[in-house]
Amino acid sequence: MTDIGALGPAGTRTPGDDGEFTVVQRSQTQLVLRRFLRHRAAMISLAVFVLIVLWAFAGPHLWHYSYAKYTPDNSQPPSWKHPFGTDSSGYDAYAQVMRGTQTSLKIAILIALGSTLVGAVWGAIAGFYRGFVDALMMRIADLVLTLPLFAIALVISSRSGGSWYWIAVVIAGLTWAYVSRVVRSSVLSLREKEFVEAARALGASDTRIIFRHLLPNALGPVIVNATVLVATGILTETALSFLGFGVQPPDTSLGLLVAQAQTAVDTRPWLFYIPGAFIIAIALTINFIGDGLRDAFDPRQQRVRQ
Amino acid sequence: MTDTGNRKGIDRVVGKGEESGAVLEVDDLSVEFPTEDGTVRAVRGVGYRLERGEALGIVGESGSGKSVTALAVMGLLPGSARVRGSVRFEGTELLGMSDARLSDIRGSGIAMVFQDPMTSLNPVYTVGYQIAETLLRHKPGLGRRPARARAVDLLGTVGIPSPERRVDSYPHELSGGMRQRVVIAIAIANDPDVIIADEPTTALDVTVQAQILQALEAARAETGAALVLITHDLGVVAGHTDRVAVMYAGRIVETGSVEDIFYTPRMPYTLGLLGSLPRLDREEERLTPITGSPPSLLNLPPGCPFAPRCPMRREPCDSTEPALRAAGSAAHRSACHFADELVGTAAGEVFGTVGADTEALARFADLEDDAR
Amino acid sequence: MIGPQPVLPPLPGHGGTEDPVLQVRDLVKHFPVMSRGVVRRRVGDVHAVCGVSFDLYANETLGLVGESGSGKTTVSRTLLNLETATSGSVHYRGRPLTDLSRRQMRPLRRELQIVFQDPYASLDPRISVHEIVAEPLRIHGRYGPGAPDEVRELLRLVGLNPEHGNRFAHEFSGGQRQRIGIARALALRPRVVVLDEPVSALDVSIQAGVLNLLMDLQSELGLSFLFVAHDLSVMRHVAHRVAVMYLGRLVEIAPARRLFARPAHPYTQALVSAIPLPDPRKERARKRITVQGDVPSPVRPPSGCRFRTRCPTFAGRLTDSERTACVEQVPDLVDRGGGHPVACHYAENVQLL
Repeated sequence: MTDIGALGPAGTRTPGDDGEFTVVQRSQTQLVLRRFLRHRAAMISLAVFVLIVLWAFAGPHLWHYSYAKYTPDNSQPPSWKHPFGTDSSGYDAYAQVMRGTQTSLKIAILIALGSTLVGAVWGAIAGFYRGFVDALMMRIADLVLTLPLFAIALVISSRSGGSWYWIAVVIAGLTWAYVSRVVRSSVLSLREKEFVEAARALGASDTRIIFRHLLPNALGPVIVNATVLVATGILTETALSFLGFGVQPPDTSLGLLVAQAQTAVDTRPWLFYIPGAFIIAIALTINFIGDGLRDAFDPRQQRVRQ
Repeated sequence: MTDTGNRKGIDRVVGKGEESGAVLEVDDLSVEFPTEDGTVRAVRGVGYRLERGEALGIVGESGSGKSVTALAVMGLLPGSARVRGSVRFEGTELLGMSDARLSDIRGSGIAMVFQDPMTSLNPVYTVGYQIAETLLRHKPGLGRRPARARAVDLLGTVGIPSPERRVDSYPHELSGGMRQRVVIAIAIANDPDVIIADEPTTALDVTVQAQILQALEAARAETGAALVLITHDLGVVAGHTDRVAVMYAGRIVETGSVEDIFYTPRMPYTLGLLGSLPRLDREEERLTPITGSPPSLLNLPPGCPFAPRCPMRREPCDSTEPALRAAGSAAHRSACHFADELVGTAAGEVFGTVGADTEALARFADLEDDAR
Repeated sequence: MIGPQPVLPPLPGHGGTEDPVLQVRDLVKHFPVMSRGVVRRRVGDVHAVCGVSFDLYANETLGLVGESGSGKTTVSRTLLNLETATSGSVHYRGRPLTDLSRRQMRPLRRELQIVFQDPYASLDPRISVHEIVAEPLRIHGRYGPGAPDEVRELLRLVGLNPEHGNRFAHEFSGGQRQRIGIARALALRPRVVVLDEPVSALDVSIQAGVLNLLMDLQSELGLSFLFVAHDLSVMRHVAHRVAVMYLGRLVEIAPARRLFARPAHPYTQALVSAIPLPDPRKERARKRITVQGDVPSPVRPPSGCRFRTRCPTFAGRLTDSERTACVEQVPDLVDRGGGHPVACHYAENVQLL
């Protein structure tokens, strides 16, 4: 698959055969990038999101408390020593929120990647072959869409012992169908393009046409969808953990932290509101990034920003 | 309606060349579009005079600015376009005129026919209704019944068979050629003085194209309107216009009578264009293509915009852009520093007959033989 | 690489001296028309191609000309097995193609290639030009260590700078893109190339260069071209023989010079008349044969001669009894004394140019 950043520098000129030059043209990727860079909310969100990710993954190595170790201080309000305070057992909330954010993000990203991969291939095959194959595959996808995501996730993950990747796999197993619908519809229109017919005239196999020509060209909607899935994933994980069917102690996640702190909302509000704020911040920034990408990929987006 | 009441009264078939006869005058028109990459200078100082009843052809390849010029004349460009210069219809300046007054002139004074008839037809009304609407808009006192009768007449004029029946058709029930005829009927409904036709036949098959061009001729004969025919097809221009303006990179680079342009071109671009054209009426050994492609209208380099593709390019070509000057006769003008050198020159003497890279081709052919 | 020899006799009177490379016999292609709604039933057929036969010889350009809806593009797709023929046969050097599976067809794809009309849609926007031209080599397992050089050589061959292989198709102009498409088609060193309106999307000044390139390639490499186009002027310039299609049928086939000098079918005459000449004096003085109306729907084509609904001869010159033949009998494509095959009961050579 062609990498999104692999194209040449912006505004490349047409090759200069015999002094030839034409209108400066940009590739789709360059246009998308430009439009995205101009989307202020998306750029700010991206910066915030990247900071959160760095903090959650690099932070634990630099912080002097571990999320799994007691400290001598119980129920402390935020201070220099414990920026997010401590809970009644003496755990450092700062370390725990870092760990929780890390786990939640890992789950969300795994959900997005897994369901995108499965959904994209599923949708591409259905859209490419059409007819009976399409009908069968899409009915299966429809069936998955009708399953009550929450109930299933609840039942399966409660038996899985609460390891983070297992939760991600269960949720992804129920969300890929969304992706497959999106990819199928773009493949349906792409397969009629002449370059697909050209590949067929060269004797290309179906696999080659799907993976070399169709999927890379359907990348735009797939990427937009994947970002939205990250947000969905984080919220689903949170909800599951909140109900006690997600990540299990001693490991922790943002949802679990909020759940554990619900009895302490009045007495130790920092334990509840700080992880809650992180959940909101992550979901919000990802939604803005998704908005920016959608606008950037949308060819109808033509307005000139001043 | 304002002061145009007596305009229709005067004899419209004034011979061309009469000083007072200009019905449309375009002067130093330029159009710029601001874009993310900078300003696109789509039209750069275009000027022409259209006499009453005359047919002017504007030819050019894609991106030469020919359609933008027409839209600017009609006041139909998007708000972001920056238009300068002057467009006078019967002496009245159109640029800067209010939309309401401009709408009065569009349709009754200047009518337009676009490439895609569906852009000008409303799919939810019958064609008869749409023609009647146009009639009633400019002559409110006409009445429904006479308007319908006139619509039938007009459909007959443009060659629609059994117009009494067709008048109640919806656009989607008609073929592309029929729709374009309806558009022409609407264009001439209010007896305009100028019809601007922008690639009116490009989307159509050749046999239908011939019919539409006939319909356009019939429409002109009926109204005596002058015609601006914008097209990339040199053949269409040869048969249906009196004068021709050749556009390249947003400018008119050569203008003259249709004979001047086709038989004694004085601009290398025109010569190259004619040499690139395969001809039905003779056999040519080899075409003489113009190498390269048209320049970007963004950051246009100084000098003649055709210079990078011109085999006659010399020093002044890269530094100064030649003005449109008389070449041969006063009416024949060309924007080339060396227009005089083109007297009696054929395309084959100026342009090469480039095809495949001969060396590469020979190597490829050798490998071919080895493989066999 | 000398394959089996043709088994079919060449078509009489169609010209050509050597053995045909490609033989098309009674090719028929119908597309089903489905009803709308939940239960989709077949309610009719688009009769896109109806009984088309022709031979294509080595080192020859056969022009296939017609207006939209004539079925010329369907012919080109069907004979490459990109569409399955409803009936009829296509033989390449004696090998029948129409019944081959995709796998069986694959080795033959090296010999039969196609260049598409739209230079913007026919190149994948996401892969580099080098990869586009190399793709046929990869597909057929011929992408060896020498392949990058081979690709560079192909780009040079079609008049592109070989240094530009790492660029993407959108960075090239329309004419250059069409050259990339030609390089891709040539990569496998085919014998037959179908050119599907290869220059109709290009500006005149660019089109001439591509036409010159194609003609050079043919004369040097001995390729056979099936040149599908609607532009008669281009056709006259490039084609050795021209076949005219109307509503799915061939109506006339003749050497180019002869067809344009003395067209015999009223449709060909109308077509030649309708092409405007870029010569003001000639254009104004020309004799014209014009047709009425538009092409009828290919779902329910007229009986007998399909052109009769628009035919000036039928409308103007024939008596009622003569017209019966046009309504009831499909005219065969045979030589009717004019020197080349024409599918018209009342064919008459006319000089129009």
